[in-house]
Amino acid sequence: MIDMNPPASVTRAAAPVKRRIPGWANGVLWTLAAIVLLTVTADLTGLPNITATSTVQAGLQLAVPLLLAGLGGLWAERAGVVNIGLEGMMILGTWGAAWAGYQWGPWAAVVGGIVFGALGGLLHAVATVTFGVNHIVSGVAINLLGAGVAKYLSTLLFTPVSHNPRQSPKVDSFDTYSAQPLADWLGDLEKQQRYVISDVAGILHGVLSGVSPLTMITILLVPATYLLLWHSRFGLRLRSCGENPVAAESLGVNVYLQKYIAVTVSGGFAGLGGAALVLAPGQNGYLENQTNGRGYIGLAAMIFGNWRPGGLLGGAALFGYADGLQTLTDGKTVLGLFYGVALLIWVIALVQLIRRKWIVGLIAVAAGGALYLLYLSIDSLPQELTTYLPHIVTIVVLAMSSQRLRMPAADGLVYRRGQGS
Amino acid sequence: MTTATDRGAPAVALTGITKRFPGVVANDDIRLTVRAGEVHALCGENGAGKSTLMKILYGMQQPDEGTIEVAGSEVRFRTPADAIKAGIGMVHQHFMLADNLTVLENVVLGAEALHGIGARARARIAELAGQTGLRVDPGVLVEQLGVADRQRVEILKVLYRGARIIILDEPTAVLVPQEVDELFDTLRGMREQGFTFLFISHKLDEVRAIADSITVIRRGTTVGTVEPKTVTSRQLAEMMVGSELPNPETRESTVTDRAVLTVAGLHLSDTGGRAVLDQIDLAVHAGEIVGIAGVEGNGQTELVEAVMGMRKADGGSVLLVGRDGAITDLTKLSTLHRREAGIGYIPEDRHRHGLLLTQSLWFNRILGFQTRKPAVNGRWLDVEGARADTRRIVEQFDVRTPGIEVPAAALSGGNQQKLIVGRELSGEPVLVIASHPTRGVDVGAQALIWEQIKQARAAGLAVLLVSADLDELIGLSDTIKVMLRGRLVADADPATVTPEELGSAMTGATTGGEVQA
Amino acid sequence: MGSLRGKLLPPVVAIVFSALLCSVALIISGSNPARALAAMVVQVGHNTTAVDIINSASIYYLIGIAVAIGFKMNLFNIGVEGQYRIGAVLAAIVGGELNLPPVLGQIVIIVVAMAGGALFAALPAILKVTRGVSEVITTIMLNAIAGGIIALLIKQGVFGVLSNNNIGTRPIPAADWIPGLSLGSAGTVFGFVVIAILVGVGYWVMLNRTRFGFELQASGESPTAATAGGVDAKRMIVIAMLLSGAIAGLTALPELLGRDHTYTLISPQGYGFTGIAVALLGRNNPGGIAFGALLWAFLDQSAVSLDNIQVPREIVTIMQGAIVLSVVVSYEVIRRLELAAEQRRVGSQLAAAAAATTGSAS
Repeated sequence: MIDMNPPASVTRAAAPVKRRIPGWANGVLWTLAAIVLLTVTADLTGLPNITATSTVQAGLQLAVPLLLAGLGGLWAERAGVVNIGLEGMMILGTWGAAWAGYQWGPWAAVVGGIVFGALGGLLHAVATVTFGVNHIVSGVAINLLGAGVAKYLSTLLFTPVSHNPRQSPKVDSFDTYSAQPLADWLGDLEKQQRYVISDVAGILHGVLSGVSPLTMITILLVPATYLLLWHSRFGLRLRSCGENPVAAESLGVNVYLQKYIAVTVSGGFAGLGGAALVLAPGQNGYLENQTNGRGYIGLAAMIFGNWRPGGLLGGAALFGYADGLQTLTDGKTVLGLFYGVALLIWVIALVQLIRRKWIVGLIAVAAGGALYLLYLSIDSLPQELTTYLPHIVTIVVLAMSSQRLRMPAADGLVYRRGQGS
Repeated sequence: MTTATDRGAPAVALTGITKRFPGVVANDDIRLTVRAGEVHALCGENGAGKSTLMKILYGMQQPDEGTIEVAGSEVRFRTPADAIKAGIGMVHQHFMLADNLTVLENVVLGAEALHGIGARARARIAELAGQTGLRVDPGVLVEQLGVADRQRVEILKVLYRGARIIILDEPTAVLVPQEVDELFDTLRGMREQGFTFLFISHKLDEVRAIADSITVIRRGTTVGTVEPKTVTSRQLAEMMVGSELPNPETRESTVTDRAVLTVAGLHLSDTGGRAVLDQIDLAVHAGEIVGIAGVEGNGQTELVEAVMGMRKADGGSVLLVGRDGAITDLTKLSTLHRREAGIGYIPEDRHRHGLLLTQSLWFNRILGFQTRKPAVNGRWLDVEGARADTRRIVEQFDVRTPGIEVPAAALSGGNQQKLIVGRELSGEPVLVIASHPTRGVDVGAQALIWEQIKQARAAGLAVLLVSADLDELIGLSDTIKVMLRGRLVADADPATVTPEELGSAMTGATTGGEVQA
Repeated sequence: MGSLRGKLLPPVVAIVFSALLCSVALIISGSNPARALAAMVVQVGHNTTAVDIINSASIYYLIGIAVAIGFKMNLFNIGVEGQYRIGAVLAAIVGGELNLPPVLGQIVIIVVAMAGGALFAALPAILKVTRGVSEVITTIMLNAIAGGIIALLIKQGVFGVLSNNNIGTRPIPAADWIPGLSLGSAGTVFGFVVIAILVGVGYWVMLNRTRFGFELQASGESPTAATAGGVDAKRMIVIAMLLSGAIAGLTALPELLGRDHTYTLISPQGYGFTGIAVALLGRNNPGGIAFGALLWAFLDQSAVSLDNIQVPREIVTIMQGAIVLSVVVSYEVIRRLELAAEQRRVGSQLAAAAAATTGSAS
């Protein structure tokens, strides 16, 4: 009497069909909203640094490694493999980029970073796909390993040249470019300190000037990832492994191979992120502890972005901006940002109350009120805490948005060939 | 057997198919002939061997003996890919769809080489949809589709790959009557275009409405092939369950009039608003076994989970009367408290709900009993007590094992189940919920489990038994209730119920008179 | 897993494999692996190395147990790093500011350390249970934020005082220290080692003799079976995280109460990942974690000997990372082999028994 499959409970419901704005339009709307928020905050609090070119430039620069780490996480998780080891792969990338970079220039650094990161990815793939190790444990082990290997190789290969095991010899960075003559015009507008217009000009100028080729490549990788994963045969097969590997295998997809490719590419992205850190303008090379948790923040950006490249871009921009703000400005300015956030929360509260979601709306009103009171009562935030602004923002964002997120259905599952039949 | 309309070689002919698994013969000399362009139904109760046969036809299993012929030539399928090349497609009972991908993506996955993944593929799907009437929007995410639409996607999947012979495994199990009518219209339309269907089902009224021929399988072998016009539902039901039902042993009834479990007005709706449990009223008395008969998927699992506290009902009440007569309202209590009040639970899926597979037998003894003797002594776990009691269970229930330290995964299914039954019957429960207690269990273990349950009943235990095995239901129950679409639709006396009555009630066939085709 | 072979083989395989790997790395860079190993082993007999190994091992043991509690429930409490530091700084502040009499003082300091660790684990636990946020990312973020909180608390004017060019918490009075065992020139063993051992015993007792320990293991292995057996999953998650944080809070106390007596900005960091590595190596088992802690401490403390023979110390870090990865791989591989072997053995035993009694299958 063989009846091997007890029936699953029958789902009857269709999920509600949402009216969909095309993704890019959504992105444009959010960008405009961000610009408006920052502008309003800067004007009302009298803190021009919130929208200053330097802040935005720094934010963009700091966002690049986050974006790359997030893309790495996206590739892996879309194929069903959780990659906590991005940090370790990024560290390997920083080392590889510095080692290749100081000898052969910035483009070699890019290649070096990618290769070293990809090796880390390959290791993760072997452990999780072939040996079925728990994804998170393997990731943690790779973080340890990556840090250790980088330190070891630095002592071995960098110290003779730089005389400092914690630092590589100087690596040349890329030249930066600006979109002329637009950038100059925007710069002038900003200097004029005019209400609203200068703020907007500041933001735009920050994004259009002093941009390195790596930044441009990174930004292009976002739509490239989207096209590759959502509009190609390869991408379809990859995503099916993360959604329903049993169905994929039943249809002839080589699930193991797809996962290997995805995770190795994921490591390559993280390695490129490491290269971005090494080649950042003003950086000069490998430094121990350079990554400082960015691999994890990139992962958080991916979760915030609901595992989609566009959302990831938004998340990286958010966390990068926070990082840029706290690096370049002072506690007073960061506090000013709270004011803006309080305004935003109140807007959200209003929307929720209009929709008759009383509880959420009231909580939002209270939260906004608390932030506003904080802004009024203290002068500036202590620098010890502002250093961790990106981390705090990460937790808050995840806490608020986790419930509406949809990760790939089979993400994190240890898959063994043939487990379907 | 078959009537004479011969349209050339049959689309599919299975001859002498035999398949054995350890301990059981799933298919025994099965013979099945499907004519081209017909809808052929395969009927049989749970465990009759239908799934195995279809897996063989689809290339997921190899037969031990016998031949498969497609359009007159013999074939051997090593993998499903071979079957697909031969033009056979299978629509599984449990859909293999990725919720987060669109319809188009689900259909083309793995077959991207046929028509690409863009406009050409979309055009081909539209073409197929137009031909067959299976209209679905290719750009929509599968998670937004209802069950009937998802089924259409599954059918489109096989058509896209060139199937002309389509196996449908329990297609109407998840559909409401209007959707069933739509599906049947579609099937009729496709039949006109020369598609052949092999349709597996329990539901005799539906089968008679759509099929051109019906083959009945029982206990792994073919009972016969008939045409729906020449046979009544009663006769079909009899073929499925056998012309004789097992005789309940005459015994003294141990049923008392003390109700132990009282369920009143229990109801539960799913997210779509469909009633999964529809105002269930039920009472089980001390010394009584109430058996719930019915085809799986009609709410039995949800009923059991609601009584155990593993699933929250939308309304209704569950009361338990203890040994001392005290009434406990279980409705708001947690699973642990319900167990402490004296309920034992033999789950239908022992691996998911009954055992911790990597842990030892004595560790598993504690599961569900972590606040009571003998597993607990005061505030501490009493490992020796658990070990001793595990030895007792192994002895009393004849659990074949080298020792009590082995991991539970090392035991066979039958021995695992005996261990679970022994555990749940210990601690002197007042009520035991037994859900398919002998599924996947060898005959010897089955007999022992039945015997133990009967002894416990004689001592005053109340049992709520859910089972798809009619032998078990008839042999054990004092009362049988039939569950269909979430409601208790019929009561039956095991001593006097006829197979037709039981089969008809379970499958929802109308009783009395001929059924219109 | 039942068999002793199943328990011991994977870590041994992992260590041997990692040693081989590192030997290859050493050979490539021109050093002699045998000399390196010999130097490290010999180092144990020199100076205070042996005592330092025991002291470090006690620290690693505590944090390993903390991580293991989470692992038993399939919770990845990577936040032990932040939890132990917050516990330490709070304990140091309380100990230094309130001049408590002996015995009471030690108890209060220990309690504060545990409470601080548990508190810092509370937020990730609540977020996981109420909002479904992965505890992996929240704990990692909190680890970083802990640094900021500590910097804030240790500022002069808040709770920090300047001494010897170093800013730290007010030193804990000698009455509240925990005395160690002095072995003369061989060093002083921390008195807290005793407490670490007690924690290990307590962990074993909790796991094997309490209802909570049972439910912990059941939930970790099969949440569905545990629910059917009456376990409340959400309650378990919160309690496990809090307990893990509390034990983590103890981690810095051996050094705090036995040697440093103050918490500064350069107080030891980074024990978090050691705890994870040690818990993995010891497979969440109190004896195994002890072995892992000792091994780790040996690798750490003996590394100083490598400087003398011109081998970069970081080879030890690589070895540690390699051990972690290979131990989980080898556990998995050996587990699969063992299970298959067990099933075959039971199957053939039963078949033999069946053949002896009846004749045919049904």
